[in-house]
Amino acid sequence: MATQQVSIDDATREAGGGAVRRAVKDAAIWGLVALGVLGPLVGLHAVQDIRGFLRLDGRWGLLAVLVGLVVAGSLFGSLVVEPWKERRARTRPKAHPLAERARVGFGRWFPPVAIAFVAVYPFLALWLTGFSGSIKWIDNFGIQILIYVMLGFGLNIVVGLAGLLDLGYVAFYAVGAYSTALLAKEFGLSFFTLLPLAGIFAALWGIMLGFPVLRLRGDYLAIVTLAFGEIIRLVLINWVPVTNGYAGISGIPRPTFFGIPFTASSTGFAKTFGLAYSPIYRGIFLYYIILALALLTAWVTVRLRRLPIGRAWEALREDEIACRSLGINTTNTKLTAFAIGAMFGGFAGSFFATRQGFISPESFTFMESATIVAIVVLGGMGSQIGVAVAAVAMIGGTELLRELDFLKAIFGSAFDPTQYRMLLFGFAMVLIMIWKPRGLISTRSPSVFLKERRAVSGSLVGEGRG
Amino acid sequence: MTEPAPILLEVDHLTMRFGGLVAIDQLSFSTRRGEITALIGPNGAGKTTVFNCITGFYKPTEGRIAIVHGEPQMWEELDALTLKGDRKLALANGALFLLERMPDYLVSRQAKVARTFQNIRLFSGMTVLENLLIAQHNPLMHASGFTLLGVLGIGGYGKAERAAVEKARHWLELTDLIDRADDPAGALPYGAQRRLEIARAMCTDPVLLCLDEPAAGLNPRESAALNELILTIRDRHDTSVLLIEHDMSVVMEISDHVVVLDYGVKIADGRPEEVRNDAKVIAAYLGVADEEVEAAEAEVGL
Amino acid sequence: MDVFLQQLINGITLGSIYGLIAIGYTMVYGIIGMVNFAHGDVFMVSAFFALIAFLVLTSWIGIGSVALALLIVLLVSMVLTGLLNWAIERLAYRPLRGSFRLAPLISAIGMSIFLSNFVQVAQGPRNKSIPPLLRGEFVLSDAGGYVVALSYKQIVVWVVTALLLAGFWYVVRYTPLGRAQRACEQDQKMAALLGVDVDRTVAITFVLGAALAAVAGTMYLMYYGVISFADGFTPGVKAFTAAVLGGIGSLPGAVIGGLLIGIVETMWSAYFSIDYKDVAAFSILAITLIFLPQGLLGRPEVEKV
Repeated sequence: MATQQVSIDDATREAGGGAVRRAVKDAAIWGLVALGVLGPLVGLHAVQDIRGFLRLDGRWGLLAVLVGLVVAGSLFGSLVVEPWKERRARTRPKAHPLAERARVGFGRWFPPVAIAFVAVYPFLALWLTGFSGSIKWIDNFGIQILIYVMLGFGLNIVVGLAGLLDLGYVAFYAVGAYSTALLAKEFGLSFFTLLPLAGIFAALWGIMLGFPVLRLRGDYLAIVTLAFGEIIRLVLINWVPVTNGYAGISGIPRPTFFGIPFTASSTGFAKTFGLAYSPIYRGIFLYYIILALALLTAWVTVRLRRLPIGRAWEALREDEIACRSLGINTTNTKLTAFAIGAMFGGFAGSFFATRQGFISPESFTFMESATIVAIVVLGGMGSQIGVAVAAVAMIGGTELLRELDFLKAIFGSAFDPTQYRMLLFGFAMVLIMIWKPRGLISTRSPSVFLKERRAVSGSLVGEGRG
Repeated sequence: MTEPAPILLEVDHLTMRFGGLVAIDQLSFSTRRGEITALIGPNGAGKTTVFNCITGFYKPTEGRIAIVHGEPQMWEELDALTLKGDRKLALANGALFLLERMPDYLVSRQAKVARTFQNIRLFSGMTVLENLLIAQHNPLMHASGFTLLGVLGIGGYGKAERAAVEKARHWLELTDLIDRADDPAGALPYGAQRRLEIARAMCTDPVLLCLDEPAAGLNPRESAALNELILTIRDRHDTSVLLIEHDMSVVMEISDHVVVLDYGVKIADGRPEEVRNDAKVIAAYLGVADEEVEAAEAEVGL
Repeated sequence: MDVFLQQLINGITLGSIYGLIAIGYTMVYGIIGMVNFAHGDVFMVSAFFALIAFLVLTSWIGIGSVALALLIVLLVSMVLTGLLNWAIERLAYRPLRGSFRLAPLISAIGMSIFLSNFVQVAQGPRNKSIPPLLRGEFVLSDAGGYVVALSYKQIVVWVVTALLLAGFWYVVRYTPLGRAQRACEQDQKMAALLGVDVDRTVAITFVLGAALAAVAGTMYLMYYGVISFADGFTPGVKAFTAAVLGGIGSLPGAVIGGLLIGIVETMWSAYFSIDYKDVAAFSILAITLIFLPQGLLGRPEVEKV
C-alpha cells in the first residue's frame, strides 16, 4: 500500500509540469473569454449625459481587476481544487454505512435543538441587542426567514414528496395574502378568522389549477404552473377595481393580542400590561405566530408522511405507473398534494398580509417562486431539516448583505452593498447546486420500519417526473 | 376426469391497433380459477400488450375482457352488462367486471387484478416494507379516515397499520426477504427485486395475478424457487395466475394451461403437453420451417 | 381589416424575435432535456452587447452607414453572446449533466438571477435608449384615414430573421455538426460510443442558441430602441411558451410557435385589452399543453409500461 502511494505521488510530480502548463493555458482561455464578455459589460459603461444621450465611459481598472480574478480563479481551480478532489476521491472510496447512520443521528438531535433555539430567539435578540436594536433581528431576520421556512415546508410536500415541480407556488401565497387583505377591509374580519379562510381559498385554487394540469409530466407541469403564477400576478395588476393594481392594498388590520392592539394608545398592549410602548412587542408576537405556523406545517408533514397518503406521494415520485398498478388513484393523490401544499402557501400569504399591513403585486413575482423552489431543492428534496437550513442560509445570507455598510469604508461611499444581494443570491444558487446537486440532506428517512430505521441513500431516491 | 374449474377471466375478440400496426388480432382465451395460465410466444408476439389491456394501461381497440368474482353464475349477466354500458355489476353472490371499461387503478382496486412488470418497477428509494405498505394503500386510506382522522390521530389507523405490517411480514417470509425489510428496494439484488415485486402485487389481495416474465434474468436456483412461490400462491392463496414467460422449463413445469401467441394471433391453446407437441407452435417459436422442426426439437430437448 | 393587417405585420415582427429566442430553448431541451431558464437573460445581455457595440461605432469610431453599423453590431453581439453562453454552459451546467434532474434547472434559475443583477450593477438600473435608427416606411394603404404601413425596421427584422434561420437550418440539417447534434438528441451514450464528442456538441448547441438569441437581442434593440436589465424575463418566458406551443425539440415548431405568440399578442392588444396581452399568451400555453401536450409539431409521447 505504501509503495503504491509513493508511486502515485511520483506520477503526480512527473505529470506536474504538464498539469501546470495545462492550467496556464486554461487560465489564458478563461481570461480571454472574460475579457470578451466583461469588456463591453464592465469595461464600458453606457451613461446618460445631460441631453439624455448615451455616452460611454471606460472603466478599465475595474475590468482589469475582474479579468485578473477570473484568471486567478481558473488557476486556483485547476492547480488546487482539482488535485484535492482527485486525492479525496482516492482516499475516500465511497460514503460508507457508518456515515449514513451518523446522519440519521443528526436528524434525531438537530430538530429539538433547533426548535429550542428558535423558541428563545426573540428574547436572545432582545437581551443581546436591546429594544431598538433587536427589531431588525426579530423582524428582518426571524420573521422573514420563518416565512420562507414555512413556504419551503409547504412546497416541499408538492416538490419534495410528490415530485411535482411547481414553479408557480407564489400564486397561492398571493391568493392567501389578497383574500386576507380584501376580506379584512371589506368585512372587518380579524386575522385569526381569516387565516383558515385564506388556507381554504388557496387550497381551492390549488385544486382548480391542479385539475387540468396534473396529467402533464415533467417540465411541462413546471412551465404551466409558472404560467398560472404569472397569470394570477397579471390579474392582480390589471384588475384595478378589486385589487387596486400596482398601488396595492394598504391599511390591512394588524393582528391583535386577544383583542388588545399593539398600539401606543391607552388600550394598547404596552399600557394594558404596564410596559413602556415599543414596536418590539408586535414583532415578538408576529414572530411566535409564524413560528407556530411553520411548526404546524412541519408537524402535519411529518404525520402525513407516515400515513398512506404521504407514502403514496413518495411512491408517485418514485414510479407513477407502479402506483397505478397497485390501485392508487394518481390524479387524486397529486391533487391532494397540490391542495395541501397550496393551503400552507395560503396560510403564509395571510400572515404576510397582516404582518406588512400592505401588499402589492410586486411581492408575488416569479422570483419568489424561484426562491422557494431553490430552498426546497437546495435543502434536499423531502428533507424538512434541509429545507429549514437552506431557508436560513439563503434568506438570512441575503439579509446579512444589508449589514455590510462597513464596506463603504473600503470601496468609497458610492458603494452600495445591497445591490449585490440578488447577484450573490443567484451566484450562490449555482455554486450550491454544483457542490451538492441533491441538496444539503440527500438521504431519505423511511416512514416505517420492521427492525431498524436506516437512511436511504440519495442516489436511490427518485426525483419524480412530474 | 374431474369437472374443470369455473372460468375466472375471459378475453373475447381482443384487438389492439397502434396506428396502422395490429399488435393483437381477435384474440380470445380464458383462464380458470385456481389455475396457472401461461401466455407464451416469440418476441414481439403481443404478450405484454395483452397484459396492458387486461390491467387497464391500454384501452383495447375492440373486444371484451371480463372477470368474475364469487359464483360462476355471474357469467350469465355478461351480455346484459355489456349492453347496459356499465363497467361492473355487483350482486350478493358475486361480481362481474368489464376490464376494458375500467381505468388502470380500478382494475387493481375493484376487479382485483394485480400485475408485475417486465422491467421491474419498484419504488427503489423506499424500503422493502414501505413498498408492501403502498400496495395496501386503499384499505389503509379507509382506516386513516381518508387522512383527516389519521393526521389528528383519531380512529383505528394504528391498528390497521400493524395489521398491514403483519401481512407484509407474511409475504416477506414467503419470498425470503424478511432480513432485507428495512433496506431500500433499489439496493436489492435482481432476483430479490423480482420476488419483491410479486410480494407487492400479492399485498393487494388479487384474485388474478399477472406476471410479466418473472423468471427473466434469474439463475436456475432462483428460477426453481420462483416456481415454488408461484405454486404456493395458486394453492394457498386462492389466487389464479396468468404469466408471460420465455423460460420453457418454468412454463412446462408449473402451468396448467398454455396459450400461444404469434404476431398477435392465437396459434395454440391447451394443456402444456398438447401445446409442446404442436408443430405450429414449434415452428413459430423456434422460427424454423416445418420440415426442420424435428431437428430443432432434438436440439432443445423437447 | 386595416387594423388586422397592421397588427399582423407587427405580430410577425414581434413573433420573429420570439421565434429566434425559442430556438435556443428548444435546441437545448432537445439535446440535454433541460429548460435553460437563463436563456431569456442571455437574450437581454446580447441586447446590451449590441447597445455598447453600437455606441462604440457611432460615438467613438463615427461610422456613417447605418447598414454597415447594424451588420457589425449584429456580428459582435452574436460572437460575444456565444462566448458568454459557452462560459455559462461550462461553469453552471456541464458539472451537473447526468445528475439529479432538478439541479441544472435550479442552476439555470440562479444563473438567470445572476445575469440580470450583474447587468443591473454593471450598467445601472435605468432604461438605456438609442436614437431611432431607420426611419421611414412603406405605406400599404391609407383608406379611411387608417394608415397601414410596413416600416423599414420591420423589413430588416423579417429579412435578417429569415436569412439567419435559413443558414441555421442548413447547419443543423446538412453539416456533420448538425448530424452529431441530432445523434446526441436521440441517445447521448450511443453517440459517444460512435465517436461523437458529446461535450463539444452540447457546447456548440449553446453557442448557436446564444447567437440566435443575439440576433433577437439586436433586432429588439433596433426595433424598440430601448433595453433594460429586467427585459430578459418576460420575452424569455414567452419564447419558452412558443417553443412548447410549437412542440419542444422541434426547430420549425419553435419558429411557428414564436410567430403565433407574437400575432396573438398584438391582435389581443388591438382588439381586446393591452393590459391582458401577457395573460392571453400564458393562457394559450396552458390550453395548448392541456389539450395538445406534444405541441403543434412535436412527437407524441407514448407511455411505456
